[in-house]
Amino acid sequence: MMRDYAIRYGFIVLLVGLIAYFAVAADGFVSPQSAVFIFQSVAITGVLALGVTATLVVGGFDLSIGSVATSAMMAASYAMVVLEQNAIVAVIACLVIGVIVGLINGWLIVYMRVPDLLATLGMMFLLLGLQRIPTEGRSIATGMTMPDGSVANGKFSEAFLALGRHRIDFFIPNLIPVSVVVLVVLAVLIWFFLEYTRFGRMMYAVGSNERAAELAGAPVKAYKIWAYVISGVFASIGGILLAARLGRGDIASGNNLLLDAVAAALIGYAVLGAAKPNAFGTAVGAVFVGVLLQGLTMMNAPYYTQDFVKGAVLVVALVFTFALSGRGKR
Amino acid sequence: MGADAVFRVDGLRKSFGQNEVLGGISLELHSGEVTVLMGANGAGKSTLVKIISGVYARGAGTMRLAGNAFDPQTPAEAIRAGVVTVHQNINDGVVADLDVATNLTLDRLSGKGASLLFKPANVRAEAKAVADRMGLTIDLKARVSDLSLADRQMVAIARAMAHEPKVLILDEPTSSLSSAEADRLFSLIDRLRGHGVAILYISHRMSDIRRLADRIVSMRDGVISGAFDQKPLDYEGAVNAMLGRKIHLDRVVARHSASAIFTAEGLRIAQGSKPISMTLGAGEVVAITGLVGVGKTALAETLFGVRKPLAGTMHMDGKPYAPGSAREAIAAGVFLVAKDRAESGIVGGFNIERNISLPFLKRMSSFSVMKTRAERVAARRQIDELGIVCRSEKDELSALSGGNQQKVMVARWMSQASRLFILDEPFQGVDISARRDIAAKLRASADGRATLIFVTEIDEALETADRILVMSEHTIVGEHRNADIDLDRLLAEVAGGPLHSAA
Repeated sequence: MMRDYAIRYGFIVLLVGLIAYFAVAADGFVSPQSAVFIFQSVAITGVLALGVTATLVVGGFDLSIGSVATSAMMAASYAMVVLEQNAIVAVIACLVIGVIVGLINGWLIVYMRVPDLLATLGMMFLLLGLQRIPTEGRSIATGMTMPDGSVANGKFSEAFLALGRHRIDFFIPNLIPVSVVVLVVLAVLIWFFLEYTRFGRMMYAVGSNERAAELAGAPVKAYKIWAYVISGVFASIGGILLAARLGRGDIASGNNLLLDAVAAALIGYAVLGAAKPNAFGTAVGAVFVGVLLQGLTMMNAPYYTQDFVKGAVLVVALVFTFALSGRGKR
Repeated sequence: MGADAVFRVDGLRKSFGQNEVLGGISLELHSGEVTVLMGANGAGKSTLVKIISGVYARGAGTMRLAGNAFDPQTPAEAIRAGVVTVHQNINDGVVADLDVATNLTLDRLSGKGASLLFKPANVRAEAKAVADRMGLTIDLKARVSDLSLADRQMVAIARAMAHEPKVLILDEPTSSLSSAEADRLFSLIDRLRGHGVAILYISHRMSDIRRLADRIVSMRDGVISGAFDQKPLDYEGAVNAMLGRKIHLDRVVARHSASAIFTAEGLRIAQGSKPISMTLGAGEVVAITGLVGVGKTALAETLFGVRKPLAGTMHMDGKPYAPGSAREAIAAGVFLVAKDRAESGIVGGFNIERNISLPFLKRMSSFSVMKTRAERVAARRQIDELGIVCRSEKDELSALSGGNQQKVMVARWMSQASRLFILDEPFQGVDISARRDIAAKLRASADGRATLIFVTEIDEALETADRILVMSEHTIVGEHRNADIDLDRLLAEVAGGPLHSAA
C-alpha cells in the first residue's frame, strides 16, 4: 500500500517539496510574478508537449514537433516581413503548415509503414532544411536584404506581437502573458478531449491494443493520422508564440524545443502513477521542469547546468513509471 | 517396426506449479520413419517438444538416444547430440537480414573452434555442400527476407540438417504454407526419411498426415491417448483419441429455428476451396467444428467484414450484406468475439468497464462526451449477468483469471443486442466452470439473434449448440442436429475421411 501511494503521489509530493524548498531558500520565489514567469518559460514547450502526448497516446511518437515549430516561426516571419501580410494570414499559414506536416507524418506511418520514430525523424530533417531555403539561410527581420538584392520592408504586425508580449490584467495589472493563457486553454482542451470524449477513449485503445480497437469497429488508421495532425497543429501554435515572442524569424532559435517537450510528456507518465501518456501529467511535467529551472536560477546556478538537471529529472521520472509501477509499456 | 527405436522417451512428466502438463509420456521414434504427433491445443505437445529440445528440464522420466542416456541442459546440447527441432514460427529458425549461405552455416560461426574472421568463399562452399545434400535449389546469395515463407522453411530445415541429426522434430511446419509449397516440403521430408532420419512431425492437418505418416501418436491432456501403426492407418481413430469423448456430457435440448437471419450462398474463403452455403436462424446456436487450420477463423473474419470472400454473397434479414470492415459489420448487428483474447480482444490499459464499452462508445456518449454513468451501469449489469468474479467494474483485466477475462470479452459484445453473434474459440484458455457459465448464458440469451460459435473441441460443440456444422479444407462438409448425433460420422468428417471425397 505504501508503495502504491509512493507511485501515485510520489511525483506530486516531489513537486510540492521542491516549491517549499525554493520558497525558503530563494528570495522572492513565492510571488505572482515568479509564478507567471515559470509558466511563461514553459508555455511554448508545454504546448508542444501536449501535442506530442496525442501521438504517444496512440502508441506513436513525433520527433518533428521542434522543427514544425521553427518552420512555423519562419513562415510567420516570411509572411509578414517579406510578403507584407497581416497577422491573420500569418497565423493561418502556420496552422496550415502544422496540418500538412501532420497529414504527411500520418500518411508515412500508416500507409507507407515507416516506423514512427524514423518517419518523424526524416520529417524533422526535411523541415530544418526547408525553412532555410526561401531566405538562403538568413534570419528574417525587417529591413533584411533578400537573395535578389531587394530589401524586405514588411514588419511584424502589432496584433501578432501581442500574442507574445501582451499581458492581461489579473488582480495585478499586466500580469498574465497571452502565451500562458494559450497554454492553459490548450491544456484544458486536450485533457478534456483525451479523458472525456469517445475519440480520446478510442485513441487510448488504439495505443494499447490496435487489433482489439480495430475489431471493435474503430477506424484505426484515421485515429493515428489525426493524432499526428493534432501534434503538428500544436507544434505550429508553439511556433506562432515563439515568433511573437522573438519578433523576428531567428534561424538559430528553438534548438531545445523537441527535447524539452518530449521530456515533459514522458515525465507526465509518472504523475499520479498513470504509467501512460496523459495531458494532465504532461502539463505537470512541464511546470515541474519550469519550477526547477526557475528555482535554480534564482539560487544562482549557472545556465549550463540546466540540461543536466532536466535530464536527471527525466531519468528519475522514467524509473518511477517503469520500474516502480511495473507496468512498463509505452 | 521390428528395428529398435533410435529415440525413446519413458514416463516423462512435467508440472508447472500445481498444474501437471505431462502425465507420463512414453514415445518411440524409429530411423527412416515419420511419426505424426496429434493433439488439441493444451494437450501438452509443445511442452513435450521443449523438453526434448532442451528448452525445459523434465520433471521425471528418462530419454535415450541411440541407446545412450539423453539429457540436454540447453537447446545447443540437444542439437550437438543429434536431436534438432524446427519450431513452428519459421522466422525463429532463420536470420532474415542475412543471405541464404550465411544462414545455412550460421551455427558454425558461433560454435566452439569457430575462427574469429570468416572467409566468404569458405562459407559459400560449405553452404553449397549443405544445399546440395538437401537438394535445395535456392539462390545462396539471396537475402532470406526476400524469400517466400516456404523457401525460408526449407532454409530453416536445411540449416537444421547441417548438423546431421538422428532425430528431426518439425512443429506444425505447414501452418503457414500453401499446398504447392507444402508439396515441396513433403518431398524434402521423403528425402530425409530415405536418409534414415527419425522424424517427429507435429500437425493437425489431415492432408499432411495422410501424405506423410508412418505412425500416428495422439495426445490428450498430457498423456498418450492412442498410438496407431497398423497399415492402413486408422485416421479416424487417431482424431478420436486426440479429441476424446467424455462420458459425462452436459447435453443440450436441441431447438429448431423458425426464421432465417443470416444466409450465405456460394461463399469461398480460400483459393481452390469448395463454396460454403449456410443459413442461420433466429434463436438457434450453431457450432462450426473442425481441426486447427481448416479455415474456421477465416470464415469468422469473413462474416465480420475483416476479410473479403473470394466469391459468393451473404444476406442479413433478407438484405444483401457485404461488410467492408468490422465497423460496417457492427453497424449491421454482426458482433464477433475474436479468437485469442490477449491478442485481439483485451485492451490492457483499460479496466473492465472500459473494455466492455469499447465498441459502443458512440451509443454511450452524447455530443461525443462519454456518459460515464451509462458506462458504469452497463458494466455492472454485465458483471452480474455473466457472473464475472471481480472486486468492481474498475478492476484491471490483468487482475482477473483467464476465464473471467474471457467473460469480459463475451460481456463486451453482449452488452448490446446483436442480430448475428459470432464467437471464435470462446472457450480457449477458460476453466470448466467459466465455460459452462458462458455456454449457459449464450443459450439463455439466444432469442432474437443467430449465434455462431467456432470450436475445435467437439465436446464444446455438443455442450453448447443446437446444430453442428463440420469444417474441413476451408469448406463445410457435414451438418448434424445435436440430438442422437452419429458421432462416428461426425468424426469421419472432421478427419476429412471418405465421406468428404464422396461429397
